[in-house]
Amino acid sequence: MQDVLPVGLAHWLIQASYFLAAILFIWGLKKMSHPRTARGGVLWAGIGMVVATVITFAEPGMHNYLLMTTAIFVGGVLAWWTGKRVAMTDIPQMIALYNGMGGGSAAAIAAVELLRVYTGAGLSYEAFAARELAVLGALIGTIAFSGSLIAFAKLQGWMRKVYRFPAQQALNGMLFVALLVLGFLLARTEFPAGALYAFFALALLIGVLMTIPIGGADMPVVISLYNALTGLAVGFEGFVLQNPAMMIAGIVVGSAGSLLTQLMAKAMNRSLSNVLFAGFGTGDDGGSALEVSGSMKAIDPTDAAMTLTYAEKVIIVPGYGMAVAQAQHKIWELTQVLIEKGVKVSFAIHPVAGRMPGHMNVLLAEAGVPYDLIYDLEDINSQFANTDVALVIGANDVVNPAARKDTSSPIYGMPILNADKARNVFVVKRGQGTGFSGIENLLFFEDNTRMCYGDAQDVAQKLIAGAKSA
Amino acid sequence: MEGFIALYIFMLAAFTGYEVISKVPVILHTPLMSGSNFVHGIVLVGAMVALGHADTTPERIIGFIAVLLGAGNAVGGYVVTERMLEMFKSSKEDR
Repeated sequence: MQDVLPVGLAHWLIQASYFLAAILFIWGLKKMSHPRTARGGVLWAGIGMVVATVITFAEPGMHNYLLMTTAIFVGGVLAWWTGKRVAMTDIPQMIALYNGMGGGSAAAIAAVELLRVYTGAGLSYEAFAARELAVLGALIGTIAFSGSLIAFAKLQGWMRKVYRFPAQQALNGMLFVALLVLGFLLARTEFPAGALYAFFALALLIGVLMTIPIGGADMPVVISLYNALTGLAVGFEGFVLQNPAMMIAGIVVGSAGSLLTQLMAKAMNRSLSNVLFAGFGTGDDGGSALEVSGSMKAIDPTDAAMTLTYAEKVIIVPGYGMAVAQAQHKIWELTQVLIEKGVKVSFAIHPVAGRMPGHMNVLLAEAGVPYDLIYDLEDINSQFANTDVALVIGANDVVNPAARKDTSSPIYGMPILNADKARNVFVVKRGQGTGFSGIENLLFFEDNTRMCYGDAQDVAQKLIAGAKSA
Repeated sequence: MEGFIALYIFMLAAFTGYEVISKVPVILHTPLMSGSNFVHGIVLVGAMVALGHADTTPERIIGFIAVLLGAGNAVGGYVVTERMLEMFKSSKEDR
């Protein structure tokens, strides 16, 4: 097919557009790190993406335009449709899914390049380390692809079981060594087609095997890790294709994603190696050794509403249980009633209050809660001591004082919200069971704690009614 | 492009990514992960080039998959990020 533009002009325009796209991506990410400018950030990055994609059609010497446009149209429309429809509570698995697609795309690019090596056409760009980077990108991208799909299945609830079997790490280690040997073969010499297929099959398998033993609670860290890995894979394939936009965007995401993974792991009191190589929330951690004293004391929602209304300062501690019950809109309504009555209300968000750090902020924002009422753990923890009521809704482990007191507890050392320091603590909870991690919550047995049993939405409704009539 | 220039690009991009994220508040962790997920959707342009130069049927099939997945990454990443960030409002703004 005829080139769209003269070759020299096309090359110049493509390079200039990729340069512009790289600037817009970095600038967009920078703007996304503050709530007020965040939306503008994603818009600018989006413009960069459109510019880079459109100009790529002018790349000289290309054919298969019909296939290309069809693939973009089908992939784009499907992603648009699913992205617009997904509920805010399900955002984490959608990020995993789209991320897996990116990893798969990088791996497929590598597969095309390696097929060219196999047929004797050679890489698009033969240079020092180009083959090694192609193979490395293929490996990382494929693992990110299959791993992300498993993460998606787990968060979507399609795969509830945690698969662990003896010598799992040893098996993974052996497969990984085999994979490296195959990869070395692909990067060095002429290779049989079988080696190419075996390489990708094995990489897919490793991604699956790495992810299936990891419990749902740790999944955010894993998704973040795969996000960083996809970035790296994209950066490496960008080198193979001599595409600076891919190199810069990929490596920026690779390093930003690595840092974000560490921040998340730290917020959850887990180390990355713990997440990847040890079980959690699987029951093999053992329970708390500390004797629980006292008993749980129930309170009627109407009485709780009365105390809330006459309080000066209330801190609401939402957990994922609130989002499951879809109670965030009711809670915002309750907050508005209380504010009208002159109560100072703020929200305290633990980094792992949602299904990943920051997820709860998104859910509250969806309900209409302005972000300046919402505080991070470090900013609000000192204020519980002069707070009249801490209202805990659907949160459990993140307010468990065992993390401060009980050295034998699996969550010991995890930063928690000090809700127990408030004068009164109301806990809205479905029933008397333990939390996500199966650990007994000492907060529920404190003298200043009252339990408000019931569905979060029903209780919130009763609290609103009570507060209005008070 | 010389190997060392690529190395410089890798090094500077790595520092840039680290710096851009290091001051981010926890409130934005999820949107930012989603946003960076969108940014590596740039893999789409590489997939287009790979498919554009594909000559054999296996290359075309795999190239097609690459473009399909890349487009999904870019578009899906953008849509969910934008949806999340659109909802962040301050009580001081008009709503």
